[in-house]
Amino acid sequence: MNTGTDRVKRGMAEMQKGGVIMDVVNAEQAKIAEEAGAVAVMALERVPSDIRKAGGVARMADPRIVEEVMNAVTIPVMAKARIGHIVEARVLEAMGVDYLDESEVLTPADEEYHLLKSDFTVPFVCGCRDIGEAARRIGEGASMLRTKGEPGTGNIVEAVRHMRKVNAQVRKLVHMNEDEVMTEAKIHGAPFEVLMQIKKEGRLPVVNFAAGGIATPADAALMMELGADGVFVGSGIFKSENPAKFARAIVEATTHYQDYKLIAELSKELGEPMRGLEIAGIAAADRMQERGW
Amino acid sequence: MAKIGVLGLQGAVREHVRSIEANGAEAVVVKRPEQLDELDGLILPGGESTAMRRLIDRYGFMEPLRAFGKSGRPMFGTCAGLILLAGEVIGYKEPHLGLMNITVERNSFGRQKESFEANLSINGVADDYNAVFIRAPHIVSAGEGTEVLAECDGRIVAARDRHYLGCSFHPELTDDHRITAYFIGMAEQVKAPLAHS
Repeated sequence: MNTGTDRVKRGMAEMQKGGVIMDVVNAEQAKIAEEAGAVAVMALERVPSDIRKAGGVARMADPRIVEEVMNAVTIPVMAKARIGHIVEARVLEAMGVDYLDESEVLTPADEEYHLLKSDFTVPFVCGCRDIGEAARRIGEGASMLRTKGEPGTGNIVEAVRHMRKVNAQVRKLVHMNEDEVMTEAKIHGAPFEVLMQIKKEGRLPVVNFAAGGIATPADAALMMELGADGVFVGSGIFKSENPAKFARAIVEATTHYQDYKLIAELSKELGEPMRGLEIAGIAAADRMQERGW
Repeated sequence: MAKIGVLGLQGAVREHVRSIEANGAEAVVVKRPEQLDELDGLILPGGESTAMRRLIDRYGFMEPLRAFGKSGRPMFGTCAGLILLAGEVIGYKEPHLGLMNITVERNSFGRQKESFEANLSINGVADDYNAVFIRAPHIVSAGEGTEVLAECDGRIVAARDRHYLGCSFHPELTDDHRITAYFIGMAEQVKAPLAHS
């Protein structure tokens, strides 16, 4: 029996497809998420909008919170480690967390190197804004990707930009002549072998979810329309007035993203969504998507 | 040609479609209960069983799926789909569809880091089958008349009860389409007499 193989790690993400992964900060929220039909939960100490507000250094969550969430639900539990923080990642792996997010939402521990994710038995998801980032993370062993978006803003514009860009670059690569791929690899700082694999398969070798700024059921459906395999919803759900109802609406809109009458029904009287931030109003140094190399 | 549906609420739908098509059958992604009428067989894919169950309830799939099984048309559950098919699920008062005469236990091999690949011998399908287990359930006991098709580490991981086929692992994650071919064969057998009547 072989554990931690690419197939097992990437396959786990395949099982999440068409689903919603929700940020939670305690057992009670995790249960609401599971009841609403989430395919997994991300156990955090604070949701991204609160991290943004609190400022300072954001780190791995208190293991007590992660443990509490793991004991509360039977669906997979994910957790975030800082970029390049080998020990936070090893600690979460040792606790039996099902999937790790090497995440720009937390303050990076290393401004030069990401984790060598192929060294771990636990699978990783990483953020990407373009094919270069996507291919570098796959090269390091990420088994799942997500757009970076701009977390904690309730503004979908960056997630849309990143999803469109990656997909457009994949299409371009697929139709390119093979003798042009090395230069493409040089331009994007992308490993050549990963680009050749994408070209051969006609798509990314791992699933790509949308994340960062999804605030309404229509936002979730938009990201599916643009080719996302599923969505992460962070601050949106438990910052809304009626989280259980909101969570159910997001799940349904993700499954039936082209059923517009249904989305209209789901969107009625959901209460005030999170207020949202204009990206231009966030100083460059405070933009989480710039983190990662 | 058999027309095989894949329940398309959540999970590894695309991979099953690919495997059905690789066997020369027609695949249909089922998102609405009325689509079940036109099918010769149905695959319940891998994914998250709790999430799929919520969507089954919300879109009124429960009774149409049970009626589909009772009509004698074959159903094949992989991983989460196996849990949906089972007559009994350890730790739960009620089963989901409750169609197949087996008892299953969820996540019985452990969490994701214990997920694995292993070589299996599957009765009537293959004796050299590479199976991918992801947070997999296993079949704790097979009821009367249920044929055990494969075991792994002393646990039942594939079985057939009449026209119901189930496995703990994910045939859709490899390029080995033999178990899907076996299921399509089941659907063709049921379809054949109907076509001539």
